[in-house]
Amino acid sequence: MMLHSILFYVFAAIMFGAALGVVLSRNPVHSVMLLVFTFFNAAILWLLAEAEFLAIVLVLVYVGAVMVLFLFVVMMLDVNIEAAKRGLTRYAPLGIGLALFMAIELINVIWLRTGVSSDGSGFAPTPEGYSNTKALGSVLYTEHVYAFEIAAVILLLAIIAAITLTMRRRPGLKVQNIGKQVAVRAKDRVRVVKMDAEKKQ
Amino acid sequence: MPELIAGLVPQFALNFWGTVPPLAQYLVTTVFKILILTIGVILCVAFSTYFERKVIGSMQARIGPNRVGPRGLLQPFADVIKLLIKEVIVPSQSSKFIFVIAPLLSLTPALAAWAVIPMNDWFVIADINAGLLYVLALTSVGVYGVILAGWATNSKYALLGAMRSAAQIVAYEIAMGFALVGVLMAGGSLNIGDIVNAQSGGVSHWFILPLFPLFVVYWIAGVAETNRAPFDVAEGESEIVAGFHVEYSGVAFALFFLAEYANMILISTLTAVFFLGGWASPFEGWTFLNNISWLAWLTAGGLPWLFVKMCFFMYTFFWLRATFPRYRYDQIMRLGWKVFIPVTIVWIGVEGAMAWFQVGPWAGMGG
Repeated sequence: MMLHSILFYVFAAIMFGAALGVVLSRNPVHSVMLLVFTFFNAAILWLLAEAEFLAIVLVLVYVGAVMVLFLFVVMMLDVNIEAAKRGLTRYAPLGIGLALFMAIELINVIWLRTGVSSDGSGFAPTPEGYSNTKALGSVLYTEHVYAFEIAAVILLLAIIAAITLTMRRRPGLKVQNIGKQVAVRAKDRVRVVKMDAEKKQ
Repeated sequence: MPELIAGLVPQFALNFWGTVPPLAQYLVTTVFKILILTIGVILCVAFSTYFERKVIGSMQARIGPNRVGPRGLLQPFADVIKLLIKEVIVPSQSSKFIFVIAPLLSLTPALAAWAVIPMNDWFVIADINAGLLYVLALTSVGVYGVILAGWATNSKYALLGAMRSAAQIVAYEIAMGFALVGVLMAGGSLNIGDIVNAQSGGVSHWFILPLFPLFVVYWIAGVAETNRAPFDVAEGESEIVAGFHVEYSGVAFALFFLAEYANMILISTLTAVFFLGGWASPFEGWTFLNNISWLAWLTAGGLPWLFVKMCFFMYTFFWLRATFPRYRYDQIMRLGWKVFIPVTIVWIGVEGAMAWFQVGPWAGMGG
């Protein structure tokens, strides 16, 4: 338990530092990388809480896909650093307010509602051979199946909406039709003509 | 493993080992396993470069390397020494810190993913429940090295290579993930050891038969993920010089090289593990072979079988490189999004039907 606590505080401190770096860094690419680092530390904290499925999915989805696209966009931006710094002071009160609100909510959920006291004993460890992937799946597809499916439909709707909003047909755009190309036979394209040899002039 | 150690280590050493606290025992054995595996992977990388040059040489009617050592076998070491003693040049307009850590970011996931891959029925560094997800997560993290290298270099060619690579890897990762959904449906577990065990019982039980379309998708997506020919637009020597690593020299370049080959070996091993039964022997269940003393070893599973299967896929990598011209960028995107993803989704539906009617790997499963 001692080792557990030390690891928790070390990684939590690193995560806190990295998260501050995301906000304070002047270079947007550095910000994105620090955010990736924050996600990794969050995943480690979840591993310490024996939630290995959530930890790996966090890395897979956020680090492996979402942040790659973020980086892709940020790399192409030519950000005005002065303007970004002015934004920081302007939005600071809103950000601090939001952070406080979330902190209060978390305390409400973890401390007040579950009745776990903060004496450092924490949650009881899961029994040997317990797979939280299986546990999560069995709840997600039985008890919460409607909420889960509705969330999936909303995501699908968002994907389709985003694609429709950005899709535009440019006039005169030439596209390849692979099906047609594959279906082409030699006799459609080449005509073999028989003709007699001509005499040299 | 215990009987193996008992035969090799003297008694007093075993007695001393018993007095070591369990946490220290665990740390020492894990570090030792990691060392063995890492050295093995690096040696495989070294000799696969030699193998590649010989294979492509013979396909192009050349001899290939034959100067250093007998039949050129020491060529990889000559290459490594050359790369190690070259100067690392950091471009003056580059983002220095990111320029330096980018090769490390691409090498670390390539080596870390090996932690959950079982080499035989007992050698695995971390036998975790979500092993398949862990592999998928780490192979997707490897793209940061490429993107950051391209950005930090501050060169147009490198940036172009990085952009191409990012789009390509994100596109093929989805197909790869869906192919693995099929594997875990058939294996009934996310643990890679369990997936291999589900395929025991000879060739007819390997997942390549019921999951053949997924095998093809996984393998091609794997070639695309490692940025190898014919999907090597991120490097594209003839278009953008060397893509993301155009400004890297010496050891920094060697690290990218190491990461690329380690990833190739990883993808080869994973394909063998997921579809060809991993360390299982193809002759498993041929009991009459056990009666013939000089053929009995054929039915035993283990690392040699995995190695043979891995070598076959490595050969296929080189074969593809010597055979196909580079894909055009828009065709890569088309293949990933419009061909592979529908194929995998359809086959997951087919698998659902197979599970419902209890055929293939689901035969005899209740419910």
